[in-house]
Amino acid sequence: MIRLTDVRKAFNQGRENEFWALKGIDLSVEAGKVTVFRGPSGSGKTTLLTLVGCLARPTSGRVRLKDRDISGLPERFLTDIRRSTFGFVFQQFNLLKGITAIENVMIPAYPLGIDRTELSRRAHALLERLDIAPKARSNAEWLSGGEAQRVAIARALINDPEVVIADEPTANLDSERSKQFLDIVETLKESGKTVLMTSHDPLVCETAVVDRVVSLRDGQLVERGG
Amino acid sequence: MNSWIGKQRNLLDFTLSSLSRRRGKTLGMLAVYTSIVFVLASVMLFSHAIRREAAIVLVKSPEVLVQRMVAGRHDLIPARYLDAIRGIRGVQSVEGRLWGYLFDPSAAANYTLMVPASPRIEPGKVIIGDAVARARSAEPGDLMSFRAHDGTLVQFKVDGAIGRESALVSADLFLVSETDFRRLFGIPEGLFTDLAVSVRNPREVGKIAEKIDAALPDTRIVLRDEILRTYESVFDWREGMLLVLLAGAILAFAIFSWEKASGLSAEEKREIGILKAVGWETGDVIRLKMLEGLVVSLSAFLLGYLLAYAHVFHLGAGLFEPALKGWAVMYPKYRLTPFVDELQVATLFFFTVFPYTVATVVPIWRAAIIDPDQVMR
Amino acid sequence: MRPSDAYLLGLALAVTLFAASFADAALGLARERSALARKAELVERLGLTDLVLFTEARYTRHPSQADLHSAFQDHPFALDHFPSGSLLPPPRLKGRS
Repeated sequence: MIRLTDVRKAFNQGRENEFWALKGIDLSVEAGKVTVFRGPSGSGKTTLLTLVGCLARPTSGRVRLKDRDISGLPERFLTDIRRSTFGFVFQQFNLLKGITAIENVMIPAYPLGIDRTELSRRAHALLERLDIAPKARSNAEWLSGGEAQRVAIARALINDPEVVIADEPTANLDSERSKQFLDIVETLKESGKTVLMTSHDPLVCETAVVDRVVSLRDGQLVERGG
Repeated sequence: MNSWIGKQRNLLDFTLSSLSRRRGKTLGMLAVYTSIVFVLASVMLFSHAIRREAAIVLVKSPEVLVQRMVAGRHDLIPARYLDAIRGIRGVQSVEGRLWGYLFDPSAAANYTLMVPASPRIEPGKVIIGDAVARARSAEPGDLMSFRAHDGTLVQFKVDGAIGRESALVSADLFLVSETDFRRLFGIPEGLFTDLAVSVRNPREVGKIAEKIDAALPDTRIVLRDEILRTYESVFDWREGMLLVLLAGAILAFAIFSWEKASGLSAEEKREIGILKAVGWETGDVIRLKMLEGLVVSLSAFLLGYLLAYAHVFHLGAGLFEPALKGWAVMYPKYRLTPFVDELQVATLFFFTVFPYTVATVVPIWRAAIIDPDQVMR
Repeated sequence: MRPSDAYLLGLALAVTLFAASFADAALGLARERSALARKAELVERLGLTDLVLFTEARYTRHPSQADLHSAFQDHPFALDHFPSGSLLPPPRLKGRS
């Protein structure tokens, strides 16, 4: 589904502190599977995730999504693809403070101009599915880590994306919550979503739901089947 | 089309909820903004209404006034000047006017004393303006007495008061008979305060003024046009306090536009990053911030203008009273005729709503073009 | 109610009031027409020259009659201690000396 060919990414290119986060990645991600990028911090796994998820463009190399080269697309089209294809769950969850959980869930859908009643119904259904409906009216900053993550997942799913991307999803959770998260991943997989995660948590890498673990080190792949 | 409207309404919803997240800041901003608009609009409405009213009412003031100057001071003018002016071609009529000021020790106020040609007032009677009636709480039938120039007492019986309706031109008037006027001040027959000339053909006013000036070199001439022009520039923006007000308002406005334009807080930047990461386009983010600016500035404009309108035309412009009254004892109670200049209102609208909205968008533009992946870093 | 509905409702109300203020001005103007005419008539009959805005000094009570020519005449041009003096400029004379 997603194919990366010799992808490289530099930060601060041309300046003194130039830094190559990715040094030539060839990778393909299958649809409907759960893939984990594993590696120590600084290995480039988050950068890889941003490239796959159309949050950033590679410095060189190609990213193909369903046989369409998206590495050269202008920002506008990239946003469009990102909105319809990917849902993001960030490590810090990145919920907006001061507004309710349900509003946070609805944010990605606002620019689509969906009818508010319909949208709110959809958001409620998602929160219901993730067992967090009672907190729908709570402000985001009052939620615990696990609750916030489930709200973030609901937000990632509101536009019904094909791919869900999660950055270090278990980094801020205890083992109990991490297991619950993996259960959610399982239901996502069952409903046909492709899931991409970064993690260096053995709990994540060694669960049955994960189809493939891709190891990275110093911006390069250390491939090992899963 | 439906989804376009849906999108705008969704954005507006989100705008309002992000404004209410910063409730204190938003309300503070709205309050400051509203009061700036209120002050500017009040001054604008008030001064425009005064100017228009003056232009309409004073158009009936004397066409030409002739005053005599002696040693650099306005002096009484002898009756023979009347004949001199009457002899000038084009002059329709000349009348000697008697007017001056009378200090009333019991009210510590100055009245404008006048001898009207009509209605002719009987000796011993007086017609007073509204502010005089209020200052002395005088009613028709009451007696008022003043010491004349020679120390004798002159008594007036209040014959009537001029209605409040015309207070703007008549509040401090004290209309007496010619006999009483001359007795109060000891002005002999044959002397007048000044002369009012009316002209047969209004287009010849300038020429006739020149002729009077040539014939009577010790006089000064005031034309109706000059009276009208005096009031065209009353409350002009360049005048003292108005300039201070205007400068204050503009400065306040500049400060908070600058505060807006000078950058975003880290929190706001993070939010924009999140919005972009979850699939908002740069255009959506800019639209959102523009809506924020528009909501604040439009509300402030409408609120401020409505308050100003009510203040000036329905509450008697009470906030200006202390400044306008100054150290005077008498202040006319007038209700302004609601002259509103749509162009002025449009200008005010443009200059208050537009810059602020732009000021909110400028920094967003810088932030919105940041790559969305920075929220992952 | 949606916040946007509440705001739009408030906005509609304010805009209505804004429009109403113009209607009110037009009505007020129509109502005051005759009063204005009566005022003008009074001005004509009594030969008045000025508005009773400021009664502090001769040159503010009758600014149009203030004599620029007189030596040392107090004048709005001067910085003085009456606030009203700062609200009005000297009469502009028509190119005659």
